[in-house]
Amino acid sequence: MLRNSRTERLAALVLVAPFLAIYLLAFVYPTVQMFRTSFTDAPLIGEGQWVGLDNYLRLDNDPMFRRAVWNTAYFVLMTVVPGTLVALLIALGVSRLKGRFQAIVLALFFLPYILPVSVVYLIWDWTLNFQFGIAMHVLDWLGIPRVPVFKSRVWFLPAVAGVTIWWTAGFSILLFLAGLRSISAEIYEAAALDNSTRWTTFRRITWPLLWPITSLVLTIQLILQLKIFDQVYLFSIGGRPNDNMVLVYYVFQKAFQQNQGGRAAAVAVTLFVLVVVVSVLQFQLLRFAERRRR
Amino acid sequence: MNAMAAQRWNFWGGIVTALTLVWAVLWAFPLYWGVISSLKPDDEVVRPYIELWPETPTLENYIDALTTTQIGAWYINSVAVAIGVTVITIFISMLCGYAISQLRFPGRIALWWLILASFMVPTSALIINHFVLVADLGLLNSWAGIMLPQLIHPVIVIVYKQFFDQVPKDFREAAVMDNASEFGILFKVYMPMNWGVTTALSIVCFIWTWNAFLWPFLSVTRTEMMTITVGITQVNDAFGVYYARQLSAAVLAGLPVALAYLFFQRRVTEAITLSAGIKG
Repeated sequence: MLRNSRTERLAALVLVAPFLAIYLLAFVYPTVQMFRTSFTDAPLIGEGQWVGLDNYLRLDNDPMFRRAVWNTAYFVLMTVVPGTLVALLIALGVSRLKGRFQAIVLALFFLPYILPVSVVYLIWDWTLNFQFGIAMHVLDWLGIPRVPVFKSRVWFLPAVAGVTIWWTAGFSILLFLAGLRSISAEIYEAAALDNSTRWTTFRRITWPLLWPITSLVLTIQLILQLKIFDQVYLFSIGGRPNDNMVLVYYVFQKAFQQNQGGRAAAVAVTLFVLVVVVSVLQFQLLRFAERRRR
Repeated sequence: MNAMAAQRWNFWGGIVTALTLVWAVLWAFPLYWGVISSLKPDDEVVRPYIELWPETPTLENYIDALTTTQIGAWYINSVAVAIGVTVITIFISMLCGYAISQLRFPGRIALWWLILASFMVPTSALIINHFVLVADLGLLNSWAGIMLPQLIHPVIVIVYKQFFDQVPKDFREAAVMDNASEFGILFKVYMPMNWGVTTALSIVCFIWTWNAFLWPFLSVTRTEMMTITVGITQVNDAFGVYYARQLSAAVLAGLPVALAYLFFQRRVTEAITLSAGIKG
């Protein structure tokens, strides 16, 4: 009556095979190769000599690598927590609205997230254009001197961080809204009966109940922003990419512009390890938080 | 006392709502500004004052973009790659999710952990070896080459597995009694129960692929093989920049995904919260 386990195994093999084949080819194999390449002096395409830890040791005295690390850290600092706070504030505002009206307002906040990075780049490059950008008209009107935002060493990363928050907030807003919806209305009604103030209600009810979502958003943002490349690359076109060096950009420059595959791979491994460590920490934190809630 | 508190509550509530509205309008303003600027003739675009509506609205920038750049070819590339990646990814992930959820086979647990673990691997660290791989396969500057590294979305397997886990065991047992094959069970029993999640995942997979920048940018060097997301940033004129024309190209590039979102707002929201690990 029951089908024997051999046919079940065979069926499983057939079902799993396509995914597994592509997974091994496009994911596992390149990951292994990345580690291998990082111990050689290979160019981008072609074999190299084994050089041991040389590529890693060189990073220690590499000013450009150091700059990439600092700029990435600076960028993370300017986007992760501020972006999460902005998204939380917007979600709190949007959650008060009802029905169709809420959907429209949410769409206004969410639309940037759905757009390709190059569209975001063109729109902001235009908005902040030194000669004709509408933001510069506003600065003139306020009596503040114009700034060539994306050509300025000081303003480049903060401006890209601002654009990034604008671009990615939609995602965090959705998660926060899902979290706010799961807090039952009864708790708020009870608080209102107690004449609890807005701030107390937020501090005692909303914030603690929302904390699992907040920590999720923070870590997703952290991992995402560590991998910053697209915006920095695009806004640097015609500017000075070396001043705005970030980790993935450095991998790109070493491998694709300087043809040093081995040294680029060492930077890539560093990034890889960094992201994996952060993710494992996040996973542990979430598990810990879940156990405490029970 | 209570009534007064309620009234105060309403007053501040009104202010918060008003602020939210103003904020929303300001937030979306750059998008509006981009679209409006793309509808202005060249001389109006560079006027030294703010003009919220074009004096003489025109489509000449769009005609210009369509006729003088290779935007048509980029569109075809983007559509082909996005549909290809979506169909293949959804199909292979669904099969794999079904097997892990419903079948017992050796290596099942190991495979599941491997997929969970790959969740945390940054694909942008793999660009060098993706490039080497795709070059070795002779697939640079081709649709297949743009697609290959984008076919891995562990999160889609994870979501499918969770959804198939929720289907009551009775359905499967009844089908097994009827001597249905595994494929029959998957496509006749499990698939119809999960059309919603399949649609939602397909839409976001399409959007993710359409928007991908780094890999399509690296794997294509020939202008006519670029996806639209890359193409609109790579082509500049020898004689200065035509802002309005660039913006009209940007509008054309963003339109499909913006429309996909506006039409399927609920589905997109569902898929995004699911993929972040929050049950919808």
